[in-house]
Amino acid sequence: MRAIDRKLWRDLWHMRGQAVAIALVVMCGVGTYVMFLSTLGALRATQDDYYREYRFAEVFATLKRAPESLRARIAAIPGVERVETRVVEAVRLDMPDFAEPVSARMVSLADDAPHGLNGLHLREGRLPLPGRADEVVVSTPFAKAHTLHPGDRFHAILNGRRQALTVVGTALSPEFVQQLRPGSAFPDPKRYGVMWMGRKALGQAYDLDGAFNDLALSLRPGADAQDVIDRVDALITPFGGLGAYARKDQLSHRFLTQELDQLGTLATLFPTMFMGVAAFLLNVVISRLVTMQREQIATLKAFGYGNGAVTVHYLKLVAVIAGAGIAGGILLGVWLGHALSGIYMEFYYFPWLRFSLQPATMLEAAGASLAAAGAGTIVAVWRAARLSPAQAMRPEPPPRYRETLVEQLGLKRWLSQPTRMILRHIWRKPLKSALTVLGIALACGIILTGLFQRDTVGFMMNVHYGLAQREDLSVAFTDPTAYRARFDLAGLHGVEHVEVFRSVPVRLRHGHLEHRTTIRGIEPDGELQRLLDTELRPVAMPSEGILMTDHLGKMLGVRVGDRIVVEVLEGNRPLREAVVAGLVKEYLGVAAYMDLAALNRFMHEGPTISGAWLAVDHAQLQGLYARLKELPRVAGVAERIQEIRNFNRLMDETMLFFTYVSTVFAVVIAFGVIYNSARIALTERGRELASLRVLGFTRGEIGYILLGELGILTAVAIPLGLKLGEAMCYYIALTMQTDLFRVPVVLVPQTYAFAVAVVIVSALLSGLAVRRRLDRLDLIAVLKTPE
Amino acid sequence: MPEQVSPPPLCSPAPRPIFEARGLTKVYQMGEVRVDALRGVDLDLYAGELVVLLGPSGSGKSTLLNILGGLDTPTSGTVRYAEHDLTVDDDAAMTQYRREHVGFVFQFYNLIPSLTARENVALVTEIAHDPMTPEEALALVGLAPRMDHFPSQMSGGEQQRVAIARAVAKRPQVLLCDEPTGALDAQTGVMVLEVIARVNQELGTTTVVITHNAVIAAMADRVVHFGDGHVVRIERNESRKAASELSW
Ligand SMILES: Nc1ncnc2c1ncn2[C@@H]1O[C@H](COP(=O)(O)OP(=O)(O)OP(=O)(O)O)[C@@H](O)[C@H]1O
Ligand SMILES: [Mg+2]
Repeated sequence: MRAIDRKLWRDLWHMRGQAVAIALVVMCGVGTYVMFLSTLGALRATQDDYYREYRFAEVFATLKRAPESLRARIAAIPGVERVETRVVEAVRLDMPDFAEPVSARMVSLADDAPHGLNGLHLREGRLPLPGRADEVVVSTPFAKAHTLHPGDRFHAILNGRRQALTVVGTALSPEFVQQLRPGSAFPDPKRYGVMWMGRKALGQAYDLDGAFNDLALSLRPGADAQDVIDRVDALITPFGGLGAYARKDQLSHRFLTQELDQLGTLATLFPTMFMGVAAFLLNVVISRLVTMQREQIATLKAFGYGNGAVTVHYLKLVAVIAGAGIAGGILLGVWLGHALSGIYMEFYYFPWLRFSLQPATMLEAAGASLAAAGAGTIVAVWRAARLSPAQAMRPEPPPRYRETLVEQLGLKRWLSQPTRMILRHIWRKPLKSALTVLGIALACGIILTGLFQRDTVGFMMNVHYGLAQREDLSVAFTDPTAYRARFDLAGLHGVEHVEVFRSVPVRLRHGHLEHRTTIRGIEPDGELQRLLDTELRPVAMPSEGILMTDHLGKMLGVRVGDRIVVEVLEGNRPLREAVVAGLVKEYLGVAAYMDLAALNRFMHEGPTISGAWLAVDHAQLQGLYARLKELPRVAGVAERIQEIRNFNRLMDETMLFFTYVSTVFAVVIAFGVIYNSARIALTERGRELASLRVLGFTRGEIGYILLGELGILTAVAIPLGLKLGEAMCYYIALTMQTDLFRVPVVLVPQTYAFAVAVVIVSALLSGLAVRRRLDRLDLIAVLKTPE
Repeated sequence: MPEQVSPPPLCSPAPRPIFEARGLTKVYQMGEVRVDALRGVDLDLYAGELVVLLGPSGSGKSTLLNILGGLDTPTSGTVRYAEHDLTVDDDAAMTQYRREHVGFVFQFYNLIPSLTARENVALVTEIAHDPMTPEEALALVGLAPRMDHFPSQMSGGEQQRVAIARAVAKRPQVLLCDEPTGALDAQTGVMVLEVIARVNQELGTTTVVITHNAVIAAMADRVVHFGDGHVVRIERNESRKAASELSW
């Protein structure tokens, strides 16, 4: 091995502590990047493949009842490739050993065309035999929640008739990757499921033999989806069509897409931030490391090594360190990406996961790290090589210290000699001190970004379920129902308070902007559902006009007082106008609201409701469930506690994983940076400190001189870091806005305390490590080698 | 008396000197403080001669040597080695010059701390044209037994000898030594000077030795007395003493 390469390995070994710390910083940056992007890539690839292989439809429509003969006319629409007519019904189930009401979406399967649209991926068993009205395939999540297997039986109320059903298979469908009860924000497989029955059997049960009430279409490549939708609408409106919609508005797809988009934002922004911070720190640390070698650089040059050779030498050194970090980061990232995708798989019912190594992602991460490290090296070598070797080989000229501001202010006599040395040293190289401060501050800041999501989500839940939605149970009716159903509910034993609502599916339009949502008519002085303004104060419901969430307002570009077009997607689908009466603050969803009576008037209908919110006596809950099941028109019951639980489960498994991983990484980065700052300070000042020891300073005193500086820089960095962290959180929140939810920036005191503690503990540990070295400082070496 | 290459008498048509310095000045500006390290140096050095540079501390000896070795550039004036203009600020050319022609012994040794004695020498021989092996070079300075020791495991004098082995190992055309015996006892000092004289004579290496020790001046062809940034006077020794004849 050439002598110069030997020097490389010896130098590496000599600085192994620092090298490891730097490699760890790189590893965390690269690891985060690879983890998120590979997870995102895997989920996206899986979604695409799944949709394609199982022929997920592109246009959907629901109607009241149309004869099968309509099918040919729909198939004749230009651009339509395949048409599938179906029967889809909401049913109530009676599960053995489960008292609470359970509802399901029953979807028909074409008896004759096994490879139709929205194909089933059978997990167990087989498809129902044609004509068998007692055989169903149940969705895998529902089967799991109730431990159902082929051969198990339960009862369902089909069209008012109680009927025994046998499970013949369990399956997944691209149409229900996210199985959400309409109107619910979180999956609840115990209380809501999807199941499939033969077309003929289901049609007969609902008097839809030779007819259908649901449509799924696929399009030819290049077809104009909107044009197809318009033509379909024209055909189905006479049959009670509710408005065809494209895949992008399909419930499961929309949720999935939004969540993946959100993950995508996070998965780009967050690791980019991490990589950025890691790269910056790498750059700073490396350039200081190389700067410390300026005498050796000069010596190499004096003996005829050119700038190129010297630069390559240090680049190799740095490449080894960064390379180790990159390799570790890629391995870690792939491993964690696997784990994270696995967690997502629990929520998105995909039949498989297409996890693949993504060379592009890895190259990006590696490239960014190497570029940062390389730039730091080249700049530092260049700075050292720019001096004439004669000058660079001399020890740095005795530094010109100045009195610091503090001393100039006349505080001098209060400061001990060592304290003055600390202050003067910081003062002498303000840029270097500033970079150290910035490095520690960034490390402190990214700790906040990891924890902020948890804090924020906690806050959102509190607002949503603590201040706004306060009912115990919500009851949804199968169809709009006369107002007096309220009194039936109020009369049930155990119900303490009832508030009712009306939900109308609509398309809101303002200029060329439009959005599909529901208008909810609520009682003006409701206690159980309250609307909050931007300061979280309850808003009084105006007796006329429409209220909407500020986010929906933004999406439609409306302000208070604007008129919007409301296209009702129910009944005979009237087209009306309404005035925006106000905006409300909601973190979840994009709902619009009206006074209940006003909405009934708006719909030209009598007092009609779609559901109710109940406050109940919890002691009576079990009995109440049984009685609710008996009410004819109840489609489903949701318990608020369950919603919160479901949400927490979702949060726990995805976000907390995320939070933990990013927090651990942030902590490692913080420690890596602080440890390096301390070690570099030691190397830079080792001789000076040893000389002081020779002159009679105690270990304690020189320890104080060195670590006092680190202490002051850390103390300055912490408040700055907290501010930087907040700024990063605001940025994340800003880019994460979706119509699913908006993220306010909330950071609880414990989070700040944690970040501060991590920085302080890192500083203490680094101080301790350095202190141990200080104690073993080689005084003889100082005396022996002239500098 | 050993055969020697000495400069011809000044009256005869002079051969072109190998080094030619004219009006060299070097100013270090440090904030408000201005240090005039060289204040107009005119000096010619001839191929193959051994010159001793004597002068008080701070008089600019090291500064001059650094400029001759292409480690530094003068503030004004000209300096030339053979066909090389040493005043140009061309890093690549200077690197090439140092690599191909010059061997250095620095006042402060400047060994690479992470390399052993042998590796410190190898660092230079690996990029030289026709070098000795590091082992040969170290044997010359009597360090064969200490070849695998790191600088931190050696005394100041031993480090100085490694520095000399490193300088001579490439068989340079120019050997520039800044106080090569500063840290050595008389006996070792003599040994080191013998090595330098041998390289000078056997390879015809033009050699400049800085020293505070006036005794050493006796082994030179010429002695340049330096003071306050310029050449005070130049003495020519009628005969050169062998290093072994010196003692202090
Ligand atoms: N890089 C530098 N920056 C500032 N001043 C310098 C620098 N190098 C040398 N000097 C100053 O230039 C003058 C000459 O220095 P030089 O090192 O050439 O002296 P010297 O004759 O070799 O002394 P010594 O015998 O002590 O080694 C001194 O006053 C020194 O302080
Ligand atoms: Mg000197």
